[in-house]
Amino acid sequence: MRTRTLRLEPVVFHLFNATVMLALAVVTLYPFLNTLAVSFNAGNDTIRGGIYLWPRIWTDQNYRAVFAGGTIYHAFWVSVARTVIATLLSLFLTSMLAYAVSRKEYVFRKPVTILIVLTMYFNAGLIPTYFLIKDLHLLNNFLVYIIPGLISAFNMIVIRTYMQTLPEGLIESAKVDGAGDFRTFFSIILPLCQPVLATVALFVAVGQWNSWFDTFLYASSKQNLSTLQYELMKLLSSASFSNTNPAVANSGAGATLQMVTPISIRAAITIVASVPILVVYPFLQKYFVHGMQLGSVKE
Amino acid sequence: MASAPKGISSNTAAMTAAPKSSIFKRMRSQKQLMLMSLPILLYVLLFSYYPIWGWTQAFQNYKPALPFSQQEWVGFKQFNFLFRDDSFLKVLRNTVGMSFINLVLGFLTAIALAILLNEIKSRLFKRTIQTISYLPHFLSWIIVTGLVANALSIDGGIINVLLMKLGFIQEPIMWLSKPHYFWGIVGASHVWKEVGWNAIIYLAAITSIDPSLYEAAEIDGANRYKKMLHITLPGIKSIVIILLIMNLGWILDAGFEVQYLLGNGVVVDWSQTIDIFVLKYGLQIGNYSLATAAGIFKTIVSVALIFAANTVAKRIGEDRLI
Repeated sequence: MRTRTLRLEPVVFHLFNATVMLALAVVTLYPFLNTLAVSFNAGNDTIRGGIYLWPRIWTDQNYRAVFAGGTIYHAFWVSVARTVIATLLSLFLTSMLAYAVSRKEYVFRKPVTILIVLTMYFNAGLIPTYFLIKDLHLLNNFLVYIIPGLISAFNMIVIRTYMQTLPEGLIESAKVDGAGDFRTFFSIILPLCQPVLATVALFVAVGQWNSWFDTFLYASSKQNLSTLQYELMKLLSSASFSNTNPAVANSGAGATLQMVTPISIRAAITIVASVPILVVYPFLQKYFVHGMQLGSVKE
Repeated sequence: MASAPKGISSNTAAMTAAPKSSIFKRMRSQKQLMLMSLPILLYVLLFSYYPIWGWTQAFQNYKPALPFSQQEWVGFKQFNFLFRDDSFLKVLRNTVGMSFINLVLGFLTAIALAILLNEIKSRLFKRTIQTISYLPHFLSWIIVTGLVANALSIDGGIINVLLMKLGFIQEPIMWLSKPHYFWGIVGASHVWKEVGWNAIIYLAAITSIDPSLYEAAEIDGANRYKKMLHITLPGIKSIVIILLIMNLGWILDAGFEVQYLLGNGVVVDWSQTIDIFVLKYGLQIGNYSLATAAGIFKTIVSVALIFAANTVAKRIGEDRLI
C-alpha cells in the first residue's frame, strides 16, 4: 500500500506541475505571439477577426509603414539615442559612486550612503519635480530624458554590494603599487564588475527604452522628441475602443493606407518596441538573477 | 598620479592607527574618493532634496505668476479641502484597494511559482519556463496594457472567445467598461507582468535551504507536501515577512501607469489613484497647491509606514532592511 502511493504520487504530481508550468508559458507567450501574427497580417483582413497564432494574409506593409521615414521612424531613433546615452552615463556615474561608498575607510561613507538610499523611500512628488524641471529649462529638451533619472539608489546598492564581495587584497596591492582611487577604480575594479554592470545596464536600458511618462509630462508638445513608447501610447489611447481612427494618417503610414490599420500598425510597433529587449535579456539571465539577490541584501 | 605616494603613506598610517588618526588627515588622503562622490551627491541634493522646498505650495494659494514673497499663505486649508473632497476620498479608496489586491495576489502567485519551479527535475525545462516567465517584466506598461486590452476586447479578444467556446457566457463581456472588474483586471495584469520576476527572490531563498533538512525529513517518512509545509515554507518565512512588511509601506503606491492606460470614462470612479489625482489637479487643471498637498500626504504616509515597517521587522529579528 505504502510503496504504491509512493510510486504513483510523484507521477501525478509531476504531471500536474508540468501542466501548470506549460499553462503559464502559454498564457505568457500567447498575447505576444498573437500580436506578432497580427503585425504580419494585412490590416483590413485583421478587422474580420479570427487571427490567433498565424497570419491569414501575409504582408510586411505594417513594418514598412513603421519605418517609412515618418514620425514613428523618427521616434524609434529618439528612443535608441536616449537609451544608449543614458545607460552609459548612468552606469559610469553610479559605479563610481558605488566604488566610493564601498571603501570601508571612506570618511563620508555612511552619510553619503544614507542620503542616496533615502531617495528610494520618498520623493518630493510630481508637482515640485515638474517645477524643478521647468526652472532648469529642461522642458521640451532632449536632456530631460537623460538627466533626471541618472542615479538610482537601488542600482547603486547592487553595484556596491557586488564590489564588497571582491577580495580586499586586490585593492590593497594596487594601493601599494601607488595607484590612487581613480586608477584602482578604472583599471582594477571596473573590469571585475562586468557581470553586475551588465545587470545594471539591462535595468537602466529597459527603463529608458520603456519610458513614456517623461515624454508625456515634459516633452509632449515637441513632436521631434517623441519616443517609440509615446507613439504607441497615443495609438493605444485612440484605438482601444474603435477599429478606425485618424491617428495613423499623420504617422507616416498614411501613404500605404488600406492594408494598414491602427490595430495592425500598433501590433507592428509593439513588436519593434519589444524585440530589442527580448533578444538581449535571455543572455543576461544568470547575471540579473544574481543582481536581484544582491539588491535584496541592503546591509 | 602625483599625489599617489602621499596616498600610500597616509593609507598605511590609517591602517595601523585607524581610530586615532584625525578625521581631517583621513579626508586629505581621500580626496579622490570625495571627488568621485561629490558630483552625484550634488545631483541627488538638487533632484531629490531641493524639490521638497516646493512643498510650501501646499500651504499657499499658489499662483505661478507671482514671486514667492507675494504668495498668499492659507495654512492647512488645502489639506482640509482634500479630506472633505469626495473625489479624493474615492481615489484614496481605489489606491488602497488596488494596492492590497496587488500585494496579496503578487505574493501568493510568486511564492507558489517558486515552490513549483523548485520541484521541477529537468534543468532544461525549468530554465525554459523561467526564461519565459521573465519576459513580460521587460515589456513596458504601454505594451502590456495594449496586450490586455486586446485580450479583453469584445471583438475577437481571446478571453471572450474562450469563455464563449466553453459556454460560460453567451455574448462577449465589455470587461474594461465594468467598474467592478477594474481592480481585478489591474491585479491580474500585475500578476501576468511580474510573477516570474517576483519568484526570483523566493526561488533563491528556497535553493539556499539546507538539503540535509529534506533528507532527514525523507528518512522520517515525510511526503512532498509535508516537506513543503514543514521545511520549504518555514525556510522562506523570514524573506516573505520582510518583503510583506516592506510592501505594506508602499500601500499608497498602487502604481499609475496601468490605471491611467486602462482606465476610461466609464470606470473612472474605480480606476483613478492618488497619482492620477495629482496629475489631473496639478498639471491639467492647474490647481498646484491642492495637487501638491495630495502628493505630500502620500509621501508622509509612505515614509511613516516604511519606518513603522522597519521597526516591526527589527523587532521580529530581521534587520536587513534600510
